[in-house]
Amino acid sequence: MSKYETVIGLEVHVELHTKSKIFCGCSTEFGAPPNTHTCPVCLGHPGVLPVLNRQAVDYAMKAAMALNCTIGDVSKFDRKNYFYPDSPKAYQISQFDQPIGLNGWIDIEVNGETKRIGITRLHLEEDAGKLTHVDGGFASLVDFNRVGTPLIEIVSEPDLRSPEEARAYLEKIRAVMQYCDVSDVKMEEGSMRCDANISLRPVGQDEFGIRAELKNMNSFRGVLRGLEYEQFRQGEILDDGGVVVQETRRWDEAQGKTLSMRGKEEAHDYRYFPDPDLIVLHIDDAWKESIRETIPELPDARQARYSEEYGLTAYDAGVLTSSKPLADFFEGSLAFTKDAKAVANWMMGDLLGYLNSNSLELSQVKITPQGLGEMIGLIAGGTISSKIAKTVFKEMLESGKLPAVIVEEKGLVQISDEGAIKQIVEAVVAANPQSVEDYKAGKQKAIGFLVGQVMKESKGKANPGLVNNLLAEVLNG
Amino acid sequence: MLSLFQYRLPELHNMLQSKEISVSELTEQSLAAIADRDSKVHAFLTLNEEGARQSARALDDKLASGAARGLLFGLPAGIKDNIVTKGLRTTCASKFLDNFQPIYDATVVSKLRQADAVTVGKLNMDEFAMGGSNENSAYGAVRNPWNLEHVPGGSSGGSAAAVAAGEVLFALGSDTGGSIRQPASYCGVVGLKPTYGLVSRYGLVAFASSLDQIGPVTRNVEDSAYVLQAIAGYDAQDSTSAKVDIPDYLSALTGDVSGLRIAVPKEYIGEGVDPSVREQVMSALKVLESLGAVWEEVSLPHTEYAVAAYYLLASSEASSNLARFDGVRYGVRVDEGGGLLDLYHNSRSRGFGPEVKRRIMLGTYALSSGYYDAYYLKAQKVRTLIKQDFDEVFKNYDVVIGPTAPTTAFKLGSQTENPLTMYLNDILTIPVNLAGIPAVSIPCGFAGGLPVGLQIIGKEFDESTVLRVAHAFEQHTDFHKERPQL
Amino acid sequence: MSITVKDVQHVAKLARLQLSPEEEAVFTEQMNAILQYAEKLNELDTENVKPTTHVLQVSNVMREDVVKESLSQDEALLNAPEDEDGHFKVPAVLE
Repeated sequence: MSKYETVIGLEVHVELHTKSKIFCGCSTEFGAPPNTHTCPVCLGHPGVLPVLNRQAVDYAMKAAMALNCTIGDVSKFDRKNYFYPDSPKAYQISQFDQPIGLNGWIDIEVNGETKRIGITRLHLEEDAGKLTHVDGGFASLVDFNRVGTPLIEIVSEPDLRSPEEARAYLEKIRAVMQYCDVSDVKMEEGSMRCDANISLRPVGQDEFGIRAELKNMNSFRGVLRGLEYEQFRQGEILDDGGVVVQETRRWDEAQGKTLSMRGKEEAHDYRYFPDPDLIVLHIDDAWKESIRETIPELPDARQARYSEEYGLTAYDAGVLTSSKPLADFFEGSLAFTKDAKAVANWMMGDLLGYLNSNSLELSQVKITPQGLGEMIGLIAGGTISSKIAKTVFKEMLESGKLPAVIVEEKGLVQISDEGAIKQIVEAVVAANPQSVEDYKAGKQKAIGFLVGQVMKESKGKANPGLVNNLLAEVLNG
Repeated sequence: MLSLFQYRLPELHNMLQSKEISVSELTEQSLAAIADRDSKVHAFLTLNEEGARQSARALDDKLASGAARGLLFGLPAGIKDNIVTKGLRTTCASKFLDNFQPIYDATVVSKLRQADAVTVGKLNMDEFAMGGSNENSAYGAVRNPWNLEHVPGGSSGGSAAAVAAGEVLFALGSDTGGSIRQPASYCGVVGLKPTYGLVSRYGLVAFASSLDQIGPVTRNVEDSAYVLQAIAGYDAQDSTSAKVDIPDYLSALTGDVSGLRIAVPKEYIGEGVDPSVREQVMSALKVLESLGAVWEEVSLPHTEYAVAAYYLLASSEASSNLARFDGVRYGVRVDEGGGLLDLYHNSRSRGFGPEVKRRIMLGTYALSSGYYDAYYLKAQKVRTLIKQDFDEVFKNYDVVIGPTAPTTAFKLGSQTENPLTMYLNDILTIPVNLAGIPAVSIPCGFAGGLPVGLQIIGKEFDESTVLRVAHAFEQHTDFHKERPQL
Repeated sequence: MSITVKDVQHVAKLARLQLSPEEEAVFTEQMNAILQYAEKLNELDTENVKPTTHVLQVSNVMREDVVKESLSQDEALLNAPEDEDGHFKVPAVLE
C-alpha cells in the first residue's frame, strides 16, 4: 500500500453536435478546409454580436440532467478575458456564476465496487480555434473553423482516488453523453477533452496536497498514463521531502511523461463579467420538463435491466452498456434471436476481441445486429456448427453480408446426412490403423485425432455430434 | 441655383420622386459642399465619391424604370466611422484600423441602402467613440462650423459638424454617454439617441455594449423622425434588439403639447450649468408653456453619481470589447520579431491613442481580481438607482427637459489636460444612457455665438412623444434655421 | 484605495499594452484621480439593490440551429496582416 492517497478532479470538455455554431450560423462540421466555416461573428470582427443557438442550450440541459445536476432557473453568459491567437475576440463567452447545471453526480464501478463521484458544475461555452506550429516553432497558423463550436465543461469534485477511477469516470461521462446523443464524444477528434487536477496527500490527512494541472491527454489511455506518471512523479518528490510546485503540466505522449508548461504560469486574471451582448436565460419548469422527457434510458439503468431481463452477469451487462452503439447492437440482435446469452457471449468474445485487437470502433466494422442474431439461429437450428460460425462471423465483420448468404456462397452448410458422414468415418478409420489400435488399447486421446481427421475431410462441415456418435459406432462395432 | 439643403427630407423626397431634381444632382451638391468646406471642418475621414455617384446613377435609373423607391430615396448621408460599411474603409478614427476593409455591412447600413439613401462617406469621431470633443481622433480634430476655434463635441463630432455645415442631409451617429446629443447641442443640429434596443447595434463597433445606441443627426426634428423610421426595428442579429412595434414617427409630429407634463430636474439646471445655457433652457420652457404644456421642478437624486458609475461600466465593457484589436486577423500589425507577446504589445500600444488606453486601463483595473465588487458591481447597482429615479419621475410626467450640456462648445485644447473635467461635461447626457431611455437634443438658442441644446428625455420606446415635443418647440422658434457662415 | 505604478504595470500587462515610463506615471496619477472620484459611489447604500446589466426587459433570446453560408476563405483572410495556406499567421509565443 502506498503511503499517499491520490486526489484527482477532472474537467471534461464535450463538443455538442449541433449543426451550427453556438453564436452564429456557421457549420460545425469537422474537417473542412481552413477558415471556410467562418463568418464575421466567429472571426470576432468589429461590430459583430452573438445570438445564442437554442439547440446548444437544450443539449447542455439534457447533459446536465443526465448527470443528475440541478438546472438553475436563471442562467447567464459571462466573458472570460484572455489573449491568445485561437481566441478571436480575446475573450471566450462562457458561464461563470450561473451555469446551466450544478451539483450533479455519477456512479462509477472500479474493481467491482460502485462509487459516487460528485459533479460540481456543467456550463456552456464556445470552443477556440486551432493552432498549428510552423517555421520550426517560430510561427503558428490559425484556423478558426472550430471557433464557436458549442462546448460543455463538466467539472468534477475532487472525489477520484486513482487514475483507474479517473478513467472509469471519463468512460462513464462518455457513455452518458453518447446515450443522450448530444455529442460524438471522440477523444481522438477532440470532441471530448480532459484536463485533470491531481495531488497527493499522506494517507489519513484531511487537507489536500499541492496540485498540478494536467493538460494534453488526448485519449483514454493518455489520461490513464498521464495521471499514473504524475502520481509517480509527485510521490517521488514527496518521498524526497520535497514540495510539489503548483503549476500546469503537459502530458507528452511520445516521451511518456508530464512536462512543466513554463511561460504560461503567469497567474491568470480572467476578469469575468456578464456579457452585455447576451440576454439572461430564464429556464422555467415547462422548458426543463420538455428536455427531461427526451432523456433516454441511461447506462446504469440499462445495465440493471440487462442483468434482470436477460440474466447477464453484472460484468457483461456493464461492458455491453458502456457504449451506446454496443448496447444498441446487443438489443438489435435480440430482434432476430431469443438467445440473449449467446448474443452477449459472441459480442464479449469475438466482437470486442476483434475490435480491441485491431483498435477499431463498432461503426468501423460491417457486421449488423441482424447478422449476429440470425447466425445464432443458424447454429441453434444445426445449419452451421459453432466452428463454422467463427468463419461466418469473420466474414460478416468484413462484408456485412447476412449469414445465410455467406453460408450459401461458401457452401458452409453443415453435413447432417448420416450416410455421407459414415462414409467419411469409415474411410478415416481405414486410413489410420495405428490410431484405431491406440484407441482400442485404451488411449482415449486417439479418438480426438480421428474426429479431427473426419472434420478435415468434410472441410469442417460435418455435424460434430454425428461424427462422434458414428465414430464410436464404427470403432466399437 | 437655390441650395437644396434648405428643404426638409420629406420635401426633398417628393422633389426627387417628381424629378424636379435628380439623385445625381443632389449627390453632386453634397460632394461639392464637402469639397468646399470640409478642409475647414474636417468632418470626413473617408469619402465615397465613386460609390456615391454610382448609387446615384443607379437610383436615377430606378426612378426612370418606375420601380418602388425607399423612404430615404436619393438622400446623401454620412455615416459615423464606427459603423461598418462593407468594402468602405472603417477606421473608428483609430490608427489601429487605418487599413481596415469591413467584410460585412452593419444592419443600419443595410437599412439605409434598402431605403435608397446615398452614402457619401465616413465621418470623423473621437477614437472608438471615446471622448466628448473629437480631439481624440487619430486623424485630427473636427472643427465646430460655428466657430472653427471651438470643438464640435463628441464623439459623433463629425456627424454633427457635417450636418451643421450642410455637407450631407443627415448623418448617423452613436451615443454611449451623450455622443450624439452633446455634439448636436454644440453644433446646433438635432441629435436623437433612441431607446436602447430600438436600433440594431449589429455592425456598430462596440464601445460599451450595454449603453451604445445608433441614432440620427439631422437639421430639424421632422428629418430626425424620418430617418429614425428607416433605421428602427427588430434585428435577429442583435440579441439586445427589442421586439416592439414601430409607430409612424412623422404622424406623431402633431404640434400639440397642450396638457403635456414636463419634469425639470433641479440637478440639471443647478450649479455647474453655465448661466447663459440655463437662460436659454428657461426660455425654451416658456415657449412650451405658452403652447399649453406645464412644467415642474423635480429631483433625480442620483444624478451626481452617474458619471462615476458610467466611467466604470463603460470602461470595463470597453476593455473587453477592444481586446479583439490584437493584430492577428485585421488592423495594423506591428511585428518586430519579438514573438507574439511583443506583437500584441506593439500593435495595441501604437494603434491606440491615449484616451483609449486610459479607458482600457481603467476598465481592466475595475474588472480585475479583487476589485470587481467594489467597482463594476457597485456601478451596476448605482445604475439601477439611476434608472429608478427616472421611473419615479415618469409616473407623473411625460418628458424630462433640461440642457443637453452644461456649457456651449469649448475651445479646442482647453480641456485636454484633465480627463476628469472632460468626463464631467457628460453629466446631463450620461444618466439617459444608463437608464436606456430616449432623448433628443435640439437647438434652443445661442450664447456667445455658439448654439445651445435643449435635451428632451422620454419614457422607453416613447420616441414619438420626445419628437412631438421637440417638433412643437421647433415650429415656434427659428433656431434650427440658423446656419453657420463658412 | 490608491494605486501605484506597480498596479498600473500589472494592469497594462493584463491589457497587453506596453506603456512608456512617462505613460505609466501619467496613468497612475489620472487613474487615481478617477478612482478617487468613483469613491463617491460608496456614499450610496446598495446592499439591497440589484445590479443592472442592461435595461431591456427581455429574456431567452435565441436562434434556431440552422446553418448559414460562411465566408469564403479569401473573404475571411481579406484583412489578415499575414496569412499562409489559408490560415492566419502569427509569430509563436517566445519564452
